Amino acid sequence: MRWGWIPRYAPLAAEGLWRTIWLLMLSVIIGFALAVPLGLAQAAGPFWLAAPARWFCTVIRGTPLLLQIWLLYYGLGSLFPQFPWIRQSDLWPILRQAWPYALLALSLSYAGYEGEVMRGAFKSVPRGQLEAGRAFGFSRFATFRRIWFPQALARALPTLGGETVLQLKATPLVATITVIDIYAVASRVRQDTFIIYEPLLLLAVIYMAVAGLIALGFRMVERRFVRGLG
Amino acid sequence: MKKLVLTASVLALIAGAAAADTVRVGIAAEPYPPFASPDAAGNWVGWEVEIIGAVCAAAELECEITPTAWDGIIPALVSGQIDAIMASMSITEDRMQTIDFSDRYYNTPTVIVGQREIQIDATPEGLAGRVIGVQVSTVHQAYAQHYFEAGSELRTYQTQDEANQDLVAGRIDATQADSIALDAFLASPEGAACCEVKGTVANDESILGLGVGVGVRKGDDALREAFNRGIAAILANGVYEQITAQYFASSIYGE
Amino acid sequence: MIESLLDLWPGLRASANLLALEPPGWGGNLLRGAVNSLIIALGAFALGLLIGIGGALGKLGGGPVTRDLLAVYTTVVRAVPELILILLLYYAGTDILNQLLALLGQRPVEISGLAAGIGVLGVVQGAYATEVLRGAIQAVPKGQIEAARAYGMSPVQVFRRVTAPAMLPLALPGLSNLWLIATKDTALLAIVGFSELTLETRQAAGSTRAYFTFFLAAGVIYLLMTLVSGRVFGWLEARYRRGQAGARA
Repeated sequence: MRWGWIPRYAPLAAEGLWRTIWLLMLSVIIGFALAVPLGLAQAAGPFWLAAPARWFCTVIRGTPLLLQIWLLYYGLGSLFPQFPWIRQSDLWPILRQAWPYALLALSLSYAGYEGEVMRGAFKSVPRGQLEAGRAFGFSRFATFRRIWFPQALARALPTLGGETVLQLKATPLVATITVIDIYAVASRVRQDTFIIYEPLLLLAVIYMAVAGLIALGFRMVERRFVRGLG
Repeated sequence: MKKLVLTASVLALIAGAAAADTVRVGIAAEPYPPFASPDAAGNWVGWEVEIIGAVCAAAELECEITPTAWDGIIPALVSGQIDAIMASMSITEDRMQTIDFSDRYYNTPTVIVGQREIQIDATPEGLAGRVIGVQVSTVHQAYAQHYFEAGSELRTYQTQDEANQDLVAGRIDATQADSIALDAFLASPEGAACCEVKGTVANDESILGLGVGVGVRKGDDALREAFNRGIAAILANGVYEQITAQYFASSIYGE
Repeated sequence: MIESLLDLWPGLRASANLLALEPPGWGGNLLRGAVNSLIIALGAFALGLLIGIGGALGKLGGGPVTRDLLAVYTTVVRAVPELILILLLYYAGTDILNQLLALLGQRPVEISGLAAGIGVLGVVQGAYATEVLRGAIQAVPKGQIEAARAYGMSPVQVFRRVTAPAMLPLALPGLSNLWLIATKDTALLAIVGFSELTLETRQAAGSTRAYFTFFLAAGVIYLLMTLVSGRVFGWLEARYRRGQAGARA
């Protein structure tokens, strides 16, 4: 086993790991923010809201994330030359980068999977509780905020923890659109040094550690949250 | 253990032992026109594909073209999934620590192609502050990392096609690659519309290498010798010139 | 009708030509890739099931060493990105398999890309299948298994006649999910250069520069695969749940 390359690449690796982690955190937050309305629309929305929400979740869950990332990055990019004004727009400095597409693809993917989870969670809250809330004179919004959403979240939390680990496992795909995450750094070590297995093994250990931290974090939140409800 | 043996034998069954004397020649699974790319019927075509056929015939080798991911083509060779690499791979010191090479079969200059509307040249100063795209695991990536990374932003692509695509989209200012591969891109309507050759990079043989050769496993001298014989034969009998004339205006064998 | 629709927007006709099944259209390549994806997914799913049955039984009834090894296997596979597992197994797998065969006194084999793809994804699937099947087996009432033992059935008979049929309805939702993961994970083999649907799409897109058209078309093909198989699993679930009075998921 050869490990002499580690000191040389440690700064790059730290940067890459940081990029992986903020991509993960931001995409989970944005994705979850989208998943709540997606789940609610499917669980209780009128047909014209429920149907598009269901379709969105089906399409996201039915196609590979790698393909979604490439469609967003290269597919959209291939349309740019037809619209020259895009390069003059204020958004161009952002559209030129690769990470916005990575973040968008990861967020939409998380939203698709969690929209389905939240649908089930919203549906599983007993109707009687909601009716009780209304009987107390809560407004519709207050019923949602104080009864429906917390109960659904408590039910969804164990699943969300697992799904967030799955999201972590999906992040290395962004390396294929030039985002330099921790996986891309390991690839660079392989290219520079022709050492194949060691960087991959270290990478596996790093992902396991992060996955462990995520699981631990969710367990702590779960314990607090569920106790708070009781 | 029993289960492992079972799995292994099941795998061995589906794998099937290919004829032992077939030489599996690895080419990059990603299109690299005009050297090797799949056509709409699923066949691999291009200058290098024809050269593989000619060299193998001249060396009396039974070759089987095996598309392999470019980024993992050296691991595939080392781990025995393929027996040789003919994928426009430059002969460099770095690679020779891991694999052996035959004599070269072509050698072309390295150029920078960039957006028409910007003023850049092929020097570190000329490219300062610009975004440069290169293909992963190539001599161009190594060169750009060595000379340009200090002053410019580098983006690494899985395929040269994707770097070209981002040049068309305007996400990068320039790309560095083999002149012939980029000529093919500049001949396309999209390439002609957006981009032009900005110059040839200063040569550095220690990075850019000594031309393109056949990669073989270390110590596989019989195969390396066979490829050398094949290359020498088609250079001598005019087959090399014949194939080249179908694709390019002049010879690409190099000085 | 279709002709007049195509004339509505010039880009549409160009896309239709690019996707034509016969060359110069690239549709044939895409379909060939889709067939390869399906073959790998089926193979990997089957291999994953085999590993999963062994793994679940080992986790439930094996000795402490077996259990620890299986725990390491399922934990590692479920925490490490598939992409990294695929790279590791793809390159190291050939070596290991040949060393294993050498131990058994067999000649080394050349692994075809197809077999390697199935093997790699099967090992990944196996870890998830182990957990799904373990959960389902645990949910089978103990009394049923004890009754079967009392009848004098051997362990194999107990599994085949009682445990397997009783757990199947409980395992089906999890297995259907695994199958969907298998079809989508085949896309990752594009990165190791196996010519399944995603790589064929990438090649077609790169050669024609019609990235949007081809990625969208591939998305539709994947979606069709998952929708159709979702129906099949729904039908299976409905069928196996019939006559299972006590079974509730």
